[in-house]
Amino acid sequence: MGVKNFFGTCLGIVLVGIFIGTFAALLQKSGNPANMGICVACFERDIAGALGIHRAAVVQYIRPEIIGFVFGSLIAAYAFKEFRPRVGSAPIVRFVLGFFAMSGALVFLGCPWRAFLRLAGGDGNAILGIAGLATGVAVGVIFLKNGYSLGRNQKTFTSVGWILPLIMASLFAFLIIAPLMGDGGQSGPIFFSENGPGSMHAPIAVSLIVGLLIGFLAQRTRFCTMGAIRDILLIRNFHLASGVFALLIAAFITNLILGQFKLGFAGQPVAHTNHIWNFLGMSLTGLASALAGGCPGRQLFLAGEGDGDAAIFVLGMIFGAGFSHNFSLASTPAGIGFYGPHAVIIGILVCFFIGLTMREKIK
Amino acid sequence: MGEQVDARGLSCPQPVILTHNKMKVLRKGVFEVLVDTDTSRENISRLAKNEGWEIIDTKKTEDSGYILTLRKE
Repeated sequence: MGVKNFFGTCLGIVLVGIFIGTFAALLQKSGNPANMGICVACFERDIAGALGIHRAAVVQYIRPEIIGFVFGSLIAAYAFKEFRPRVGSAPIVRFVLGFFAMSGALVFLGCPWRAFLRLAGGDGNAILGIAGLATGVAVGVIFLKNGYSLGRNQKTFTSVGWILPLIMASLFAFLIIAPLMGDGGQSGPIFFSENGPGSMHAPIAVSLIVGLLIGFLAQRTRFCTMGAIRDILLIRNFHLASGVFALLIAAFITNLILGQFKLGFAGQPVAHTNHIWNFLGMSLTGLASALAGGCPGRQLFLAGEGDGDAAIFVLGMIFGAGFSHNFSLASTPAGIGFYGPHAVIIGILVCFFIGLTMREKIK
Repeated sequence: MGEQVDARGLSCPQPVILTHNKMKVLRKGVFEVLVDTDTSRENISRLAKNEGWEIIDTKKTEDSGYILTLRKE
């Protein structure tokens, strides 16, 4: 059996799930916020903050993990001849789906990956989030079964597939140089948090290397939390789910060993206890991800292998993060944002509009 | 030309849904699926295994996609 085939096997994806779960818990140990060893939504939100797209002072940092995810996937795609530059499948819709996937995630306070990592850290609120995620994906599956489609993409120039990786490389340069460019060179950007979650991070090299490894492995295995739920509902296939389950168990065990496990609902790190909006926020993220063909993490890996439409989803998420914090949509540990519920309801309506109207008969 | 599903350029999981639909319509026999990513090829393989279809041929196309031939007796 070749290396290429191994990653497609059940054992392959389980081992990768174990790797991600273990290293997520270890990243927390080496400095990342609690139950946030990895969180695609939170980390993209921190990047938006570092660039001054929002001014929530506690969540501003250029997270090297995100940069690593894209480049790890890019390296894997080139190594295995899977780099396929492609664009043109409803990019504006993907931007909007990314925007609302982020809005929902910031109401819950975490992407689907973090939902599982929060559960692995003992945070009971994550159960509501995961239930919401599954519900959102289930609704997305109904749309898909009824002919929902974003339309076909087209092959394009190699350089197009490199745009998001180059943006990520620029972000890395900003991280290292941290230039003062505001007020005629007197202040940020780049903005970095001095306290709060944004100030908590593993050393840059550690974050980057773990990010690269996860990006590489996730590209090979097509690891996707949304896809895991979708495949169970759609074709009764547990392949991707076995990887997500392995992630959950590995993170749980590592948390126990490191003393990072704390069971309960109240007082959980970077979390709130509003069950309804934990559920509905993640429902929105699940639905938007299902309509876009992948969870926020998977979109980064797809972008790394040349998918320009996935790259647009990523940019939509970063824009959505800025919007969420500027307009009081995002939750804090104190509770949901004042306009969080409005955003979730509007987001769900927009997803229904997209899901109901974008239908075609494809022969 | 026989039955064919053209799933090139479609986002996950549409290639799987289209193939699944074709399986339900045909119930048995032979048909081809055109895909353009390895992810889709793997997903179709897993679906085929689940549904009792056999992939009797995998041809690489010029544009680095695949033509999969599925059969069920």
